Amino acid sequence: MRRWLPHPILTPTLALIWVLLANSLAPGSILLGLLLGWLIPIFTLRFWPDPAPVRRPLTLLRFLLVVGYDILVANLAVAWLILRGANHIRPAFVEVPLDLRSELGISLLANTISLTPGTVSSWLSPDRRILVVQGLDVADPEALIETIKRRYETPIREVFESC
Amino acid sequence: MLEITLTVLILIGAIFTFIGSLGLARMPDFYTRLHGPTKATTIGVGSLLIASMIHFSTQEAGLSFHEVLVTLFLFITAPVSAHLLSKAALHLRTRSLSEPPPLVDATDHAGRNSPDSLS
Repeated sequence: MRRWLPHPILTPTLALIWVLLANSLAPGSILLGLLLGWLIPIFTLRFWPDPAPVRRPLTLLRFLLVVGYDILVANLAVAWLILRGANHIRPAFVEVPLDLRSELGISLLANTISLTPGTVSSWLSPDRRILVVQGLDVADPEALIETIKRRYETPIREVFESC
Repeated sequence: MLEITLTVLILIGAIFTFIGSLGLARMPDFYTRLHGPTKATTIGVGSLLIASMIHFSTQEAGLSFHEVLVTLFLFITAPVSAHLLSKAALHLRTRSLSEPPPLVDATDHAGRNSPDSLS
């Protein structure tokens, strides 16, 4: 099982991506998608040796909704900041101490931070304990760190690193 | 009705994409400029893609879901490029309005293995 189907989630995902790329639901393209979804994980096994453990799909769903909502709101905020001009922004770097330990978790968190407008994850310390985040308009660095940890890091930990 | 919806979506998309590009010109330093084009465009590109999806699903036979993929690839690649740009700027000590944390400088320029940089 482990050998022939190393990534049970990746296979249907790749198949779905193939169907979307082909933009058709014909049996042929679904079959080809499944074939690719089966072969690609086997050939790229050395790149990600461990399957991603996804627990608590409901938390994952809620996390995605929260991120989507934050992207919308922050997008409006950044647009407003740009229109008001550079005199009103308070750019700052903040250091977020990480509780996440897995590579997948940290990269997901960094990507999420960069996706939500107004913050870019800029730098990760070599020991992977501190993520430096650049914020466009930071009123209160402590509050920003607290928000990132509560809204993003906690759910990612629950889904991908819960024991 | 459909026409109006599409028009509104395309206009919203165009406005946000424009504001994103405007940020590139109006913001004062490298890091703040980074925020405009990588971010304000998520709503912009998003609503353009929704418009495209509605248009091609109603105009032609069958549903069009290419756009979902475009969104997916955009959401994967945009943060990575923003991160790399910003990391490179930190390493080069690009002029900045905000003070980069001393930790970054200490680690980047002291060599990877020196123990005091890994506090």
